[in-house]
Amino acid sequence: MSGAGNTPSQTAGPYIAMGFSWPGRERLLDPGEPGALELEGQVLDGAGQPVPDAAVEIWQADAGGAFPGPGPARWPGFGRCLTDEEGHFRFTTVKPGRLAAPGGVLQAPHIEVQVFGRGLLRQLFTRIYFADEEEANAQDPALAAIPDRDARATLLAQPTATGYHFDIVLQGERETVFFAR
Amino acid sequence: MIPGPKRPEAPTEEAVQDPSVARPPYLYPDYRATRLRAPRRPLVVLPERLLDPGGPVFGELTPHQLEADLTRQHKGEPLGQRIIVAGTLRDGSGRPIRGQLIEIWQANAAGRYAHQGDQHPAPLDPNFTGTGRLLTDSEGRYRFVTIRPGAYPWQNNPNAWRPAHIHFSVFGTAFDQRLVTQMYFPGDPLMATDPISSAIEPRARRRMVSDLDLGLTVEQWALGYRFDIVVEGSAATPFEEVGRA
Ligand SMILES: [Fe+2]
Repeated sequence: MSGAGNTPSQTAGPYIAMGFSWPGRERLLDPGEPGALELEGQVLDGAGQPVPDAAVEIWQADAGGAFPGPGPARWPGFGRCLTDEEGHFRFTTVKPGRLAAPGGVLQAPHIEVQVFGRGLLRQLFTRIYFADEEEANAQDPALAAIPDRDARATLLAQPTATGYHFDIVLQGERETVFFAR
Repeated sequence: MIPGPKRPEAPTEEAVQDPSVARPPYLYPDYRATRLRAPRRPLVVLPERLLDPGGPVFGELTPHQLEADLTRQHKGEPLGQRIIVAGTLRDGSGRPIRGQLIEIWQANAAGRYAHQGDQHPAPLDPNFTGTGRLLTDSEGRYRFVTIRPGAYPWQNNPNAWRPAHIHFSVFGTAFDQRLVTQMYFPGDPLMATDPISSAIEPRARRRMVSDLDLGLTVEQWALGYRFDIVVEGSAATPFEEVGRA
């Protein structure tokens, strides 16, 4: 079927919670385990209003920088959280280790993020970095690819008492940097 | 008389450059909800070598977490026309995607979702939830049994009706290949005025339309529709090559 072309993307629509519901999938590990932290934030639209009909999915390495391999994996690497009425999402996860990119460059700890929802004809792609990893962030090739230096700050999760806070602003002044895929 | 909806605008030049890789634009004003949710700043292009960090696999899912027959989730049978929806999940180079997760959700035969947000005054069906999921087999194939969903009205524009559709969410081999789409039915005249399917370049739009396939029917029992799904790209990087520091 090569050359047949891809199946185009369509919005998940207002009832995304029906298809995406997956209780417990927002916990990548038990909150009591070493390194466990809370990664939470809000999805906001161009009017600053919360987006209650969205889902945030994450894919990340474990604290040692390893993704799950084939076979029964203890580290799932994948998380999904539907937003609540206030647009909030909340994961239990760890800060991933640094990853080597081909070519020997080290990437700063980061989490791959996709956002689905009503009004999104295709998912949005972004990355979560960590504000307290200044040195690693300064050398990161993906952050360096963002032409507007000030906008890089939109990808930095801020430390909180229990973990990190990261808002996803779909549009406007504080618009999150999204990547082409 | 209530005026019918006007035909949505054709997608912009930018969105139609390559019809073999068809993508909707983020901003498509005819679909009103995109106006405040589409990013307005240019998307940032990452260096190619940073693109493939692998993706999740779901082999650990147990059969009771998977539900491929939406007509047998309750005591009685749902109302509506029983159908089989089946096909193959492949990547952009034609390779089947094996053992990977497909999730679907849909309205009932009357066009009503079992979701508290759906206020369309059509009856709920106590025997139909409208959600299903499965893992593709060793050849990338999948098969659901369900009922044909009804068309339903929505608030996007005056007298707006969505063509009958089933929502699909699929995983590729890499996380970047995630695809959420909608499957339509052949010959549905409501597609012409539907701003969501119209956001796709016309030649590519038909790739979201299933085919009636008599080979998939079960005689004296259910009609069959074939819907083959092709995600973008191909899995270039096996896990072993993803570096660690
Ligand atoms: Fe729908």
